[in-house]
Amino acid sequence: MIVLDERAIARALTRIAHEILEKNTGSRDLVLLGIPTRGNALAQRLGAKIASIEGEEVLTGSVDATLYRDDIGLTGDNPPLKEMDIQFSIDGKIVVLVDDVLFTGRTIRAAMNALMDFGRPAAIQLAVLIDRGHRELPIRPDYVGKNLPTAPNEGVRVRLEEMDGVTSVILIDKTSEKK
Amino acid sequence: MRLKKKDLLGISELDPDEIRLIIDTARNFKEVSEREIKKVPTLRGRTVINLFYEPSTRTRTSFEIAAKRMSADAINISISQSSVSKGETLKDTAKNLEAMRPDCIVVRHPVAGTPHMLSRHLNCSVINAGDGMREHPSQALLDLLTIMEHKEEVSGLKVTIVGDIAHSRVARSNIYALTKLGAEVTLSGPPTMIPPGIEALGSGGAVTVEYDFNKAINGADVIMMLRLQLERQGAPLFPTAREYSNLYGLSSERLKGAKDDLLILHPGPINRGVEITPDVADGPYSLIIDQVTNGVAVRMALFYLLLGSSRDDRAEGNTSEEDG
Repeated sequence: MIVLDERAIARALTRIAHEILEKNTGSRDLVLLGIPTRGNALAQRLGAKIASIEGEEVLTGSVDATLYRDDIGLTGDNPPLKEMDIQFSIDGKIVVLVDDVLFTGRTIRAAMNALMDFGRPAAIQLAVLIDRGHRELPIRPDYVGKNLPTAPNEGVRVRLEEMDGVTSVILIDKTSEKK
Repeated sequence: MRLKKKDLLGISELDPDEIRLIIDTARNFKEVSEREIKKVPTLRGRTVINLFYEPSTRTRTSFEIAAKRMSADAINISISQSSVSKGETLKDTAKNLEAMRPDCIVVRHPVAGTPHMLSRHLNCSVINAGDGMREHPSQALLDLLTIMEHKEEVSGLKVTIVGDIAHSRVARSNIYALTKLGAEVTLSGPPTMIPPGIEALGSGGAVTVEYDFNKAINGADVIMMLRLQLERQGAPLFPTAREYSNLYGLSSERLKGAKDDLLILHPGPINRGVEITPDVADGPYSLIIDQVTNGVAVRMALFYLLLGSSRDDRAEGNTSEEDG
């Protein structure tokens, strides 16, 4: 089931861009860090929108939380490492973490710990395209594209042009997907 | 994604996908060493013991730094200050070390197969840091990472390994690694230093022997020079170091017709002026220092892959992307 189509996603991101600027009174000291892989693409899109509104480029990068996960050694797999790309100081910056789906909050916790190894931001905020609920940690997003209450057996798939060829958010039934 | 083993005993027992997994993981780990705070909490609370029965600076330090950058605790044991000098057997030493619950033992030993023996007796992971003349897998992996940073595809590359092949575990591990990924390997050196039948080690790519050094390096994409291991030779295999250098030393003179994108590797420590001249060792084709940097990343990747997943498969498939 399609929950958001391409245009709805674009509108949500435009709104979030404005909300970020409103809350932080402009784009000064603003840094957008995406959580790989789709959070990166969303951070780029948000960066472009903010730049077109404010007329100034915003620093963007990528923060991979894999090495800070709390389930290393507990799962049968080694989670693959992804892109860590922070080519600037984040000291004193307002860092907006960008992810596609907010679920348990554990990735965000891990990403915040990773950030602490890179510097001391003035503030960390969180922007997500979908908040699907089921938090396991006291974490709350500052900017939400869409609140999407889900059942535990449901899954949310975000597809973005940059990596998937199409842009949409769909809700799936995981029990029927598993073979 | 995981290594399907608890130990890394040799490249000979890895399949090409496992080799690629280690290299790809190591690529990502390089970034950690470039940070101001060069440490991630990933293996907090794990213990790694470096058990070295042979002298080593580079490899031991590299394993130690890798473990520490992953937040594991690293303990170094070298034979001169251990109970081995009091007559304890290797198996007893290992059993006693295991009683202190390490998660991984990194072992270097002059006898081939020692890591295998330890692996059979120990529940913790065992990493081979060099066993006799057999294998030195982490060296071959860091060599491969260094090559793959400069060449898109290993398959079809012409790689020449030069020197004392007979005594070299680095050469053996590299022959396995390179041919498994489809490279063509040429071995060169004095006939006394090239064991008959060495060609049979190749799988996937071909292994050939060319005693003429100039012919062997002609058209090469990668030249890997080996150190003349004087300490491993009984009767000398060549008359003098000077003669060896004249016949098999890599000098800028010999590199006149070399490809522009030639890569020169050497596992170190180098004997300047013997197997390689200083101007070549420090020259534009040389990646000798990059190899050392990459060694830390490869060993971090090995610790991550061997210690960073549970042995049982209870939680298999728990890493889907949306869970966040």
